[in-house]
Amino acid sequence: MSAIRLLVGTRKGAFVLTSDGKRQRWEINGPHFAGWEMYHLKGSPADPNRLYASQTSGWFGQKIQRSNDGGQTWEPVGDKFTYEGVPGTHQWYDGTQHPWEFKRVWHLEPSLTDPDTVYAGAEDAALFKTTDGGQSWQELPGLRRAKGHLWQPGAGGMGLHTILLDPSNPQRIYVAISAAGTFRTDDAGKTWKAINRGLKSPYELPDPDAEVGHCVHRIALHRSRPGVLFMQKHWDVMRTDDAGDSWHEVSGNLPTDFGFPIDVHAHEPETIYVVPIKSDSEHFPLDGKLRVYRSRSGGNEWEPLTKGLPQQDCYVNVLRDAMAVDSLQPCGVYFGTTGGQVYASADAGDTWTPIVRDFPAVLSVEAQTLP
Amino acid sequence: MIRVLLPAHLRTLARVEGEVQVEVEGPATLRSVLDALEARFPVLKGTIRDHGTLRRRPFVRFFACQQDLSHDAPEARLPEAVATGAEPFMVIGAMAGG
Repeated sequence: MSAIRLLVGTRKGAFVLTSDGKRQRWEINGPHFAGWEMYHLKGSPADPNRLYASQTSGWFGQKIQRSNDGGQTWEPVGDKFTYEGVPGTHQWYDGTQHPWEFKRVWHLEPSLTDPDTVYAGAEDAALFKTTDGGQSWQELPGLRRAKGHLWQPGAGGMGLHTILLDPSNPQRIYVAISAAGTFRTDDAGKTWKAINRGLKSPYELPDPDAEVGHCVHRIALHRSRPGVLFMQKHWDVMRTDDAGDSWHEVSGNLPTDFGFPIDVHAHEPETIYVVPIKSDSEHFPLDGKLRVYRSRSGGNEWEPLTKGLPQQDCYVNVLRDAMAVDSLQPCGVYFGTTGGQVYASADAGDTWTPIVRDFPAVLSVEAQTLP
Repeated sequence: MIRVLLPAHLRTLARVEGEVQVEVEGPATLRSVLDALEARFPVLKGTIRDHGTLRRRPFVRFFACQQDLSHDAPEARLPEAVATGAEPFMVIGAMAGG
């Protein structure tokens, strides 16, 4: 019988939550790396027991941990992230140039086919790759040549937070960077281009055709249609049908189009999920009601999903890496909050149940569907 | 033999309890003690000093014999009591909350 394993990263440690395919009773394992900020954990699609975790601390820096047994035991691997060549500079808040400085790994994306190959998204924004199971990391420096000198950190830091590997084309990778935008390579990471045409950021960018500088919060795709991407931007939910060459808005009837995560149903490529947040100055749900919104039409028409979610006095946030789907039937959807709840839906979002209520602030949630 | 006290998070990372002990060849300095510590526990590389530059991380401090040694030069000799093992060399995670 199938099982689900959730990998939950929090401000104060990592947790592994497991359930059988019914997704009603959950076993909680953790905290692992207690006291450390666990930005992200993810399993290899090629070997689900191979997990990677980003462990960081303002005091003691960056560690990368690897598990070969599904998170029961862990071993530290390489954590030396060195920018290739002369690190160079990017735009600073006062308009001057500022040197690139490694701060932490926001996101780890294991290869779809090789458990030893992983991509790491860093702050200050850069993409790194290992092919030896995390022992050594090399930058793919072509990304920062895509007008990196014009990138500028947002309030949350200049982090590379999303890495999407095209399942139909190993040469194609998409990444998204806070306050810089979305980028694509078609040659396995050697060269990159900004793919932000159609994004509008009138308050942040006076130039309506600015190639970079857009505050992209998250992008997502369905593996059956990797040229269709969905985006939660700072404001606006966006969609592209041509691999990012042009974007159009699909916010439709959302009560607010600000938010962080966006994800796609495992079996319905036109069914997408967002969590509307009131505004960039008030990072909590509208009216104290925690609502996931689902579109079954690839955007524009949205329905609120509220059953089992608090509908009064709720003022948590849901961060960009804190939503995931499993691939069972019906599709399971999961998200974690800054208030420490992890919610699960075993029916594609129709009803929700909290798995836990009192974790530290949740930074990331990943779902593994196990045989 | 140099006695080193690590903060709790680094003890967990290095999988040790209590003090650790390292041997250094030649004079006991900040650099030689930290080099020996990292040689014995490679997982500590990058946690006390930055990779590459080997500069002390901002919220890590060094104390021994009731002295703050955090700003001492890497080659400066540690107090004799540290070199003889009478007193521990302490790596501290600075209070930096707020």
